[in-house]
Amino acid sequence: MTAVIELWSGLHPLLQAVIKGLAVIGVMFPFGGACSLIERKVSAWMQGRPGPNRALPFWVAWVPGIGLLQRLGVFHLMADGGKMFFKEDPVPGHVNKFYFYLAPVVGMIPALTTVTVVPFGAYLNEAGKMVPLVLANLDVGILAVFAVSSLGVYALILAGWASNSKYPFLGGIRASAQLISYELSMTLSVLPVFLWVNVPGGNGTLSLFDVVSAQNGAWFGLWMPLSAIVFLVALFAETNRLPFDMAEGEADLVGGFHTEYGAMKWGLFFVAEYSHMLIGSGVFVLLFLGGWNPLPWVPLADVAVWLHLTTQPILLGLLSIGIFLGKALFFIFLFMWVRWTVPRFRYDQVMKLGWQKLLPLAIANLLFYALLIAWIQTRN
Amino acid sequence: MPYVVERKPLTLSERIYLPQILAGMRVTLRRLFAPNVTMEYPEQRPAIPTGYRGVPTLVKDPHGREKCVSCQLCEFVCPPKAIRITPGSVEDQPDRTHVEKGPQAFDIDMLRCIYCGLCQEVCPEEAIFLQNQYTLSGYTRAELVNDKAKLYELGGTLPDQHFKWDKKKAAAEHGNTH
Amino acid sequence: MISAPKPDLVTVNIDGKDIAVPKGTNVIEAARQLGIEIPHYCYHPKLTIAGNCRMCLIEMGMPAVDPATKAPIMDAATGKQKINWIPRPQIGCATNASPGLHVKTSSPMAREAREGVTEFLLINHPLDCPICDQAGECKLQEFSTAYGRGYSRFVEQKNVKPKRTELGPRVTLDDERCILCSRCIRFCKEVAKDDVLGFVDRGSYSTLTCYPGKQLANNYSLNTVDICPVGALTSTDFRFKMRVWFLKETPSIDTESSVGANTTVSSREGVIYRITPRQNDAVNDTWMADSGRLLYKQVKADNRLLAPSINGAATATEMALKAAADLLVGRTGPVRHDDDATPAAHRAGAPYQGSVAIVGSGRSSVEEQFLTKKLADALKASVSLVSRVGQGDKLLISADRNPNVRGALVTGLISSLPSQQLTTLAADIDAGKVKTVLSIGEDLTAAGLTAAQLAKVAVVYLGTHQNATSNAAKVVIPTLTVFEKSGTFVNQQFRLQKFAKAVPGPAGVADDLVTLASLAGAATRSTVASDLGTLWSAIAAEVKPLALATYANVPATGLLLDATPWAALPFCEGETLHFKPAASAAATA
Ligand code: SF4
Ligand code: SF4
Ligand code: SF4
Ligand code: FES
Repeated sequence: MTAVIELWSGLHPLLQAVIKGLAVIGVMFPFGGACSLIERKVSAWMQGRPGPNRALPFWVAWVPGIGLLQRLGVFHLMADGGKMFFKEDPVPGHVNKFYFYLAPVVGMIPALTTVTVVPFGAYLNEAGKMVPLVLANLDVGILAVFAVSSLGVYALILAGWASNSKYPFLGGIRASAQLISYELSMTLSVLPVFLWVNVPGGNGTLSLFDVVSAQNGAWFGLWMPLSAIVFLVALFAETNRLPFDMAEGEADLVGGFHTEYGAMKWGLFFVAEYSHMLIGSGVFVLLFLGGWNPLPWVPLADVAVWLHLTTQPILLGLLSIGIFLGKALFFIFLFMWVRWTVPRFRYDQVMKLGWQKLLPLAIANLLFYALLIAWIQTRN
Repeated sequence: MPYVVERKPLTLSERIYLPQILAGMRVTLRRLFAPNVTMEYPEQRPAIPTGYRGVPTLVKDPHGREKCVSCQLCEFVCPPKAIRITPGSVEDQPDRTHVEKGPQAFDIDMLRCIYCGLCQEVCPEEAIFLQNQYTLSGYTRAELVNDKAKLYELGGTLPDQHFKWDKKKAAAEHGNTH
Repeated sequence: MISAPKPDLVTVNIDGKDIAVPKGTNVIEAARQLGIEIPHYCYHPKLTIAGNCRMCLIEMGMPAVDPATKAPIMDAATGKQKINWIPRPQIGCATNASPGLHVKTSSPMAREAREGVTEFLLINHPLDCPICDQAGECKLQEFSTAYGRGYSRFVEQKNVKPKRTELGPRVTLDDERCILCSRCIRFCKEVAKDDVLGFVDRGSYSTLTCYPGKQLANNYSLNTVDICPVGALTSTDFRFKMRVWFLKETPSIDTESSVGANTTVSSREGVIYRITPRQNDAVNDTWMADSGRLLYKQVKADNRLLAPSINGAATATEMALKAAADLLVGRTGPVRHDDDATPAAHRAGAPYQGSVAIVGSGRSSVEEQFLTKKLADALKASVSLVSRVGQGDKLLISADRNPNVRGALVTGLISSLPSQQLTTLAADIDAGKVKTVLSIGEDLTAAGLTAAQLAKVAVVYLGTHQNATSNAAKVVIPTLTVFEKSGTFVNQQFRLQKFAKAVPGPAGVADDLVTLASLAGAATRSTVASDLGTLWSAIAAEVKPLALATYANVPATGLLLDATPWAALPFCEGETLHFKPAASAAATA
């Protein structure tokens, strides 16, 4: 164990970074595929049909019980992946080639980058101190997430513009307008959380780990529900999910920004979309649902004590990752659940909701908590 | 005269909309656990109801005689102009001396057909029927143009009891000939 | 011209409406003028009245008068003169209008009578509309829809009669369908003057047949098919070819002689299926000759010219036009030195002025002849026509077998009548005066030129079909048949009649007007219009007898032109239906 850790710390930092990067890719791509499979299954079940259940590689067909995996459509995941790589990838003659190829890449970069700054678990070190599991533990935490993930919109705009055709172009325009509109409310809605975390006297922090630490008691979601709701709604809009998938709008825009894309280039957009969903869900869990704390008022440290895991950093780390991912996956499911419940908004409704409803609400919310916190502090 | 539908004013919870979404989500969640309603197609096949409109086919009478007389009414009535008939005279056959006319070629372009059933409706000889066949595939466009041989192969024989030509024959034998 | 004396008009009342009609008009025609249709089978306006189908039954009455005083008896209820309705129905076809006649065409009694007649007609009818060529234009079908009962009360066996009797080379009879109206018999006797048809046997066994040893073989036999109200008489050529409701009808003109019978060309999707007469009471009534109905076969004939060629090698239309223009214009007109395509030998000047001869055609339309004249004037070319003379049949085929010789006279293309042989041209070629001959659809060898003479000159041939001349021609440009283009002909009565394009020409074959306009344009160094609209403004401006005409406003029945400038010419036509040659007309006058 220690040998592994020593080997790791002995590596050149650059090599470390490369391995971390590969790990991100190695996790996020299968994750994107898995999400698409879950999405297909959940959609199917909600619509009263079995969903993908046919693919079965003939060389494993003999394994007993494999039928269950087949019914769950697990092999479709691989079939889809294989298809993405090997199917013909037409590039229409009218596109701007350079930007056309660039767009999916630009989409992937922020999606993969933000993953690195999101802590996904914690363990107790020898000193009995909570240490976050995160690829890059930045102090600016949430700012890095916002800053980088909002770059994702450039991919959509670029794709829409480079496709040089009407529907993608409209999709790109819509994407940019919508993402900018909801960015505001989203940012404003998390400010109360950080106002609370940064109580005067403490050293100011924007680290997501500190936010989780601050939720050892009540989760922010419980006593800042409006913040949570505004953030969640904005999150739907930011990830381009129904009812806010203006940029795709397959009914009115034939697929929007990715109309002209096919094969793996198209696949990249979708991995990016699912990564955004995962990161968004993760950030929501960290900010409002106590991160890896199993229950309100039940912090992970206490659980570790009860389960005698204080000296087992790896087991505790896995437990915390499990709790965190469990919560995040629920939100991914929520995304799908909402998708089949709420029909797509009209574009003007989206704009109206963003600017006339969410933004004032977020501002009012911010003022309310600022005054509340100030009042509490003057009382102390 | 425009007809104005009065809209009920929205209640507060409807205006907030979130409770409505939650109610909707309750419905979808229930659907998530409800049993499937679809059919596992290639293994399970639907029971074809009577009156089903499948692929149009040409049928023969119970004695295996061609019924179509190439009147071209189906060609005329077909809304997407899927039918193309080349009429022609036919040789006298001992069991139906009055036929005279039959299709030399009879093509139905299944890429155009909309399965409306008007051809069956209009046919004065009850020679064309939309039957049970509902799967249709091919690698080329030409494969999906059903020619006369294919149409008869798909159609088979229908057990109707008109025996038009037998009646004609009986009348002739009865002595009503000139 | 002797104007017909003004006919006496009598006023009759049909279904409550008064109408004044000439004396002798029957009730069917009088009702027709009011827009009321009295169903009928055996009555035909151009035949004598037989009155045997009984479909035209109507209720009829006369104003009541007191037998003693002859004073009108008034009806107290309406204050009008009382009508004595005849208690049983009368046939409309044989009832002539008489003053004060009152008719009810759709009273219960009349309806009932028609329903009864229809039921009787249908008891032995085979009801084989699905295979019947008449379906869609069948009077029995129409009136059965209106007056039939929809089901049959006839429980006995139907009659079975021969289905395929060949009455003649072009007519096939289906005896089961015949309703014994005798229209065909009367036509043969009265119009075709070839009395071959008659009924044999009695009752429901009555059968139409030819007299023993005779055939319905005259050149008008297919008119019986047209007038047969049911599908009993069918055209052997059209039999089972196409259902009539698919056919697009285009007005056209029969080109076989200068009678210019009006016709309807029926086509579907660019394929002509039949030609039938179109009623024109001043030209052909409702008839036409069988020979004219087969002319559509030339559209798809094997020897049809489909591609332009130069010296026998197929080429593009533009190339052929250019080559033709070079042959015609390059030798005659002022030479353009900037034009590389002009053969060097021709650039030196214009040594061949007048060396072009044009053989125009009495089969070309007026428009084409007008353009030919433009071309001839520009080239100072001599123009000749070939006349074709056959035997007139005194009915609808005249001696002059060119449909439009008078068009050439009217447009000024020629000023005297053409001869059958091109003797002058032959002499000119032998004398070396003519170097280039432009033939517009005329076979020059048939018109008396020898192969040796043809070899001496460069021939440009514009025509529809291959022949000895097209084989010998340097440049061949294919043209369209009368079915593939629009235009006008002037018939023997100097009646300007138009025909319209029924089917598109073969791919790649330019319209005759385009070809001629392009040649004329090359000759006159200007742009010559080739579309009918613009062309007709030019024709109206330049051709005095046509000053008031445009293609659009020529009525369907034709426009009679003033024939006096050509009255002295010795036209070859004899008397035909609705036409008396000027000489004999003068003699009788
Ligand atoms: S199938 Fe029926 S309607 Fe069609 S041509 Fe044959 S007989 Fe007529
Ligand atoms: S079903 Fe309708 S569309 Fe199809 S061939 Fe028959 S008439 Fe035509
Ligand atoms: S064949 Fe036709 S025209 Fe002649 S009598 Fe019979 S129904 Fe009349
Ligand atoms: S039309 Fe008058 S009796 Fe036939």
